[in-house]
Order: sequence, then structure tokens, then C-alpha cells
Amino acid sequence: MSAQTEKVEPVRRFIVDNFLFGRSDGLSDEQSFLDSGIIDSTGILELVAFLEETYGLQVNDEELIPDNLDSINKISGFLLAKLGK
Amino acid sequence: MLASDLLTIDPRQETDRLVEGIRDAVFKQFRRRGAVLGVSGGVDSAVVAYLCARALGKDRVQVLFMPEVASSSDSLRLGKLVAELLGVRHATEDIAPALAGARCYERQADAVRLAVPEYGPGYKFKIVLPGLAGAERYSIFSIVVQAPNGETKKVRLSPEAYLGIVAATSFKQRVRKMMEYYYADLLNFAVAGTPNRLEYELGFFVKNGDGSADFKPIAHLYKSQVYQLAAYLGVPEEIQRRPPTTETYSLDQSQEEFYFKVPLEKMDLCLYGKDHAISAADLATVAGLRQDEVERVYKMIDGHRKVAKYLLSPPLLLK
Repeated sequence: MSAQTEKVEPVRRFIVDNFLFGRSDGLSDEQSFLDSGIIDSTGILELVAFLEETYGLQVNDEELIPDNLDSINKISGFLLAKLGK
Repeated sequence: MLASDLLTIDPRQETDRLVEGIRDAVFKQFRRRGAVLGVSGGVDSAVVAYLCARALGKDRVQVLFMPEVASSSDSLRLGKLVAELLGVRHATEDIAPALAGARCYERQADAVRLAVPEYGPGYKFKIVLPGLAGAERYSIFSIVVQAPNGETKKVRLSPEAYLGIVAATSFKQRVRKMMEYYYADLLNFAVAGTPNRLEYELGFFVKNGDGSADFKPIAHLYKSQVYQLAAYLGVPEEIQRRPPTTETYSLDQSQEEFYFKVPLEKMDLCLYGKDHAISAADLATVAGLRQDEVERVYKMIDGHRKVAKYLLSPPLLLK
């Protein structure tokens, strides 16, 4: 597993546990949460809170966009940009 | 294509049709003697009151005013004006004690303090969505708090704070509905709901609160069509001109801030466009929005409809 994949693994687990009720089959890294209906607007709040607590970062209002948060891959890219590692 | 063309109705024809529909619903289908409805002082409930009075007769319409702590005196005054003009039965039921008994205000304040620890007596608040301008943003609520000295601050809500505020505040709509059904049972009347199409289709109501009713005479009408009926029926001008508010929070909150992100008249057109498969490019010209803004509103409508599915769903029977 690459370092970046390992970094984003807690996010995958969080999404599987909280939005897929433990069923990880079929959650691909590029799958859009919005398009597949996995996460609604309350869920985004929970995801953001999880990212802030888990990675010790602050998600600013202008960063609350699908380009940053709408898939495992996008979150991975967002974390890379925010944390620089 | 003009905006006015898309949403124009024949108010006389629509009134006649709705009057027939109300009589059929109340007398034939439910076998009830009249209709009960809550009147808020806004245009939607006023139009439903006028329609019910016309359909059923003034003695068969019971109107309720149900103020609480966040209600304005204007709302009560305008609601009473409607009842007086129509000559219908009316009663005022102050629901603040019932809400206090259910610890609505206390639970609400506890939830607000999760986001704003200093919130307390003398403070006011409302919850708002980001506007449509700028890049595509998630619809994440913030709270706007006004301190007793007038200073305001805006804080993004955590999931716990957001859910806590909504859950506590929803007591208001549910207690009102409880009161309406008390009168319905007492008088053997049916309960008239007052949502318009935007509210009904997009889930801008509380499940088993204002979302509950026996019949909903204007749930198929866009807001601008409700205004057309209001003008035709002779609803007081002051009610027709009043900006729609939610009257739910201690700070005045427009429906745009709470739910729609765009002015109501543009939201009407966007919903019409979505319902009638009008392209974003075409609708943008009519609505006076940019194409990308219409595309974002169309996506927002899709999102709201997903939420509305749960709110509109009857109980699932697990056979």
C-alpha cells in the first residue's frame, strides 16, 4: 500500500462504517459520493468533522467543495495539499 | 420565453377547481364536517383559508393562531385579519408553554452552545446556508448569533450542533400540528396543510409537523402562482407584500437563507425548469441567472429531493 493510500485509509474506514454500514464492497477510490448518494449534506458535516479531528487540520469554508471531498481520491488529493505530505 | 409566461395561471379557473377539490376531499372522501388550519400571517396559509372558506362555508372553517416565543406580533395581527375578513371560526393557542414543557427552548439553547459557548439570555440566532455565488459549495449550515450588544458572529455548525438545533426546533411545527389535530378531532373536521410546491417537493417542512395534513390544496402551486391566487381571492395587500420568513428562530431568517440559497421567484423558475426538462442554458436567460448558477440550482434541487423522499415517505410496511 502506498504512503498516500495508507494516509487516506482511515477515511475509507470512516465512510464504510458510517455510510455503508460496514459493507466495503463496491466503494472505489474514484466513486463520487454525491452521484452515488452515499453521503448527504449532514454526512458531509460528519466527514469534515472527522477529517479535522483525525488529521488535525481546519477545513475552511471555501474548501467545502466537491473537488476536495467528493471521493476517496479527491480527499487524498486535498489532504496532500493541506498537509504537504 | 418570458418568466411571466411560464408560471401564469388562470386564477379563477384554478380557484374553481380547488374549491371543488376541497369539497370532495373533506365531505366525500373523509366524511368530515369542515377544515382546520394554522394561519401564520403569511400568504400560503391565507390563500388556503380563503379557499377553504369559499369551498366549505365560513362556519365550517376553524383557523388557529399558534404563537410562541419566536413569533412576531405582526403574524398574529395579520392572521386575525384574515379570520375577521372571512368571518371564519378562530382561536389563539399560545404553544410556548407546551414547547417549554418539552424543553424545546432549553434543548435548542444547549445545541447552540455547542457552536457558540457564550450563547445565553438576550442572545438571538438563526441558521443560514452559503449563497449560490462562487464555486460549487456543499450546503453546510452556519449559525449567525447576535449578542445583546448587537454584535453578530457566524460560525459553521458541527453535525452535533446542527442536528441538535433542528431536532429541538422541530418541536414547534410538531406541537402546532398536534393542536390542529386536537381541533380536528373535537370538531370532526379535516386538517388542511398549507405548503406550496417548493416546500412540498423540496422537503422544506418538518416530518409529522407542518408536513402532515389530510389534504394540501396548494402543494402543486409554485410560489408565484400562490401570489396570483392571493391577488384574485382578495388576500390583504399587506400579506401579499410581506417577505416570506420562517419565523422559527429568534433572528429573522428568510427562506432563502434557510433553504433555497436563491431568491424565491428565481427558485420558482428553476424548479419549473427542472420539472419541465428545460435546459440550464435556456432557463438561465429566462431567470436572469448565469448558466452555471442554474446548473448548481438544478443539482441542489436533486439533493433536496433526496432528503424530501424520506420526509414524504409513508410508513414502510415490512411484509
